[in-house]
Amino acid sequence: MSKTITIDGKVIPFEDGQTIMDAAMAAGVYIPHLCHQPEFTPHGSCKLCTEKVNGRNCSACTYPAMDGQEVLNETQELIDDRKRITQMLFVEGNHLCPGCEKTGNCQLQAVAYHLNMLDNHFPAFYPEREVDASHPEVMIDHNRCIFCTLCIRASHEKDGKDVFAISGRGIHKHLIVNAESGLLKDTDMAATDHAAHICPTGAILIKRTGYQVPIGERIYDHKEIDQVSLATEHLKHGE
Amino acid sequence: MLGKKSLLDYLAKTLDVAVGEVREDGVVSLDNTSCTGMCDQGPAGLVNGLALTRLDQSGIDKIAELINQQKPLGEWPEELFQVDDNIYKSGLLLNQQVEQGAALRSAFKRGIRETLKEIDYSGLRGRGGAGFKTAIKWQFCSEEQQTERYVVCNADEGEPGTFKDRVLLSSYADQVFEGMTVCAAIIGAKQGFLYLRGEYLHLYDKLRSILDQRRQNSLLGINILGAGLDFDIEICLGAGAYICGEESALIESLEGKAGIPRNRPPYPVTQGYLGKPTVVNNVETFLAAAGIAVNGSDWFASIGTEKSKGTKILSISGDCARPGIYEYPFGTTIQSILNDCGADDVLGVQVGGPSGTFISNQEFDRKLAFEDLATGGSFIIFNSSRNILDMVHNFAHFFAHESCGFCTPCRVGTSLLQKQIDKIVEGHGSAGDVVALEELCQLVKNYSHCGLGQTAANPILTTLERYPDLYQSRLKEISFEPGFDLDGALETARRMANRNDAGAHLAQTESEHE
Repeated sequence: MSKTITIDGKVIPFEDGQTIMDAAMAAGVYIPHLCHQPEFTPHGSCKLCTEKVNGRNCSACTYPAMDGQEVLNETQELIDDRKRITQMLFVEGNHLCPGCEKTGNCQLQAVAYHLNMLDNHFPAFYPEREVDASHPEVMIDHNRCIFCTLCIRASHEKDGKDVFAISGRGIHKHLIVNAESGLLKDTDMAATDHAAHICPTGAILIKRTGYQVPIGERIYDHKEIDQVSLATEHLKHGE
Repeated sequence: MLGKKSLLDYLAKTLDVAVGEVREDGVVSLDNTSCTGMCDQGPAGLVNGLALTRLDQSGIDKIAELINQQKPLGEWPEELFQVDDNIYKSGLLLNQQVEQGAALRSAFKRGIRETLKEIDYSGLRGRGGAGFKTAIKWQFCSEEQQTERYVVCNADEGEPGTFKDRVLLSSYADQVFEGMTVCAAIIGAKQGFLYLRGEYLHLYDKLRSILDQRRQNSLLGINILGAGLDFDIEICLGAGAYICGEESALIESLEGKAGIPRNRPPYPVTQGYLGKPTVVNNVETFLAAAGIAVNGSDWFASIGTEKSKGTKILSISGDCARPGIYEYPFGTTIQSILNDCGADDVLGVQVGGPSGTFISNQEFDRKLAFEDLATGGSFIIFNSSRNILDMVHNFAHFFAHESCGFCTPCRVGTSLLQKQIDKIVEGHGSAGDVVALEELCQLVKNYSHCGLGQTAANPILTTLERYPDLYQSRLKEISFEPGFDLDGALETARRMANRNDAGAHLAQTESEHE
């Protein structure tokens, strides 16, 4: 007998070492997430994937699946609270979708649509953040960074570089690059790096590729993020 | 609470430097710090990391003069740095200090397994606040496959209003180190760490010399007391972050990384320092364990309540005649504690620090115990002259400042709580604002990654429950209040249009009664 958990009553098999997120994705169950990508070490910071596991809140991307676990995923309470957490991410930075090149390809925007987020709910922080356009091929717009650390993990784990890191504490934390000048141009970043293509929002963009795919023909213009995620990300599991 | 604000202003004026800035000549900078663990002898400060106590205007005059003369710290008068223990009530633990080496000798004589059993029968639970049973933690760690194991003493006493570990390390350090060594013998560790909060730098040299002395007396090092145990202790200084009191963030910090709590499981007993099995316990827990090793489990278990055995050492501060250290059997009522320390006209008590519970003067028959009021040791008294919302405001800012920023609900949520409390306290709140505040509290509490976020809303939630009218009374009787100054936002437009007539101004709100 293989081991199983249930998610919203549905029986789902898993193997030892898998997280709840791993098991759910393999079984075609979508759990909203932003800081998680199956190719990289789970981080557990965005908290969108919070589930009720045997009555306790746990992050699905880091919490190990264990035989007989009862997991609740799509309760009204969890859906509402995930929307609030997404709204927190929106007000914390400067996310102005209509003027952002990433619109339609942005996971933050797509999750917000998925959760039926229609306003910011919380007062906006309007922080003053900079754009680093120093690098010839790649730019960072700090206004859109949500501190998921995917670029840090991609650079370290896939590219064998350490271009990015997080500095600061609390609401003042920010993405930094590995150069004395603090500028991306003085790092060994290349446009072909995994790290240049992993950002779930529009914080890291490749220059001179903007609007090559017109608005209206982008990933999430026609598909919901749950479909896209299940179709593309679960293939990468176990890589 | 002791007039810090006016003293800070005076200091800024005397030194001629703005708060948060470096003086032009680069000689001195001035800023605020969170609680430095000197609440029984405040107002307190830190200079180059060393604690200054009982500050007043004349003290500040003296300090300013020394700074302006650029006198090295070693030449400053000692009385500026004098830290007193202020022990007012001793019990089981503080009455009799275990003689150096006695706990280890007893443990070796009785047998290591039997000593763990004694600690088990004693019912000792972790003194940091969470109350996990000590013997179970040690046993789990000793049963791990990996044989390289560590003992860590958490002396990152950062909860505002707590200072008992300062006193324990100042006057009972030998017994604390002895408890760590007994733990090492039980779990099979060769290396231990004392993670000392940076604000207790003044204890560093003293603690190191006690460690040296223990090495000389064969109580640390190779083949301790000839019993075949190899173990040593290193002191690591923290850098002033409250979050490093959380055990997994503390371990990250020990490893030289930023203090960010880890994902759990795995717990430190399986994968702690350098990924190896690690026991992390509070200073007071090790102190008690050494006492139990000498005196046996009954000595400890005969005192206290059913689920909370032994005594608890409290750091009492705030509005009372005798702030300081008090040791009580678990089960003691809040009222009798208030009587002992000379507190009159009490409005309420913050038990367990900001992350604990605020109780009102209707609840003083409640008891100190894990099953009623659990506490890591902080006990802050507020009399009727205090404003509860000021306290809540202060704590909301504390948590927003101390959030490590790892997870969304705490990073953004504690800042949103701060904004929302500011709005209400400053009188800009309107009808829905208390409801919005409560909703936000639940989000931060239920979804945060670690104990900091999970308890950050406690000061608001516990006072909202007890004083709902107080919050309501600050709200305006209007249906909506903008979050910013409407009229102020038009200032640039008025300047450009060269207008300042009544028609160019906006009223912030219109009362419903008009």
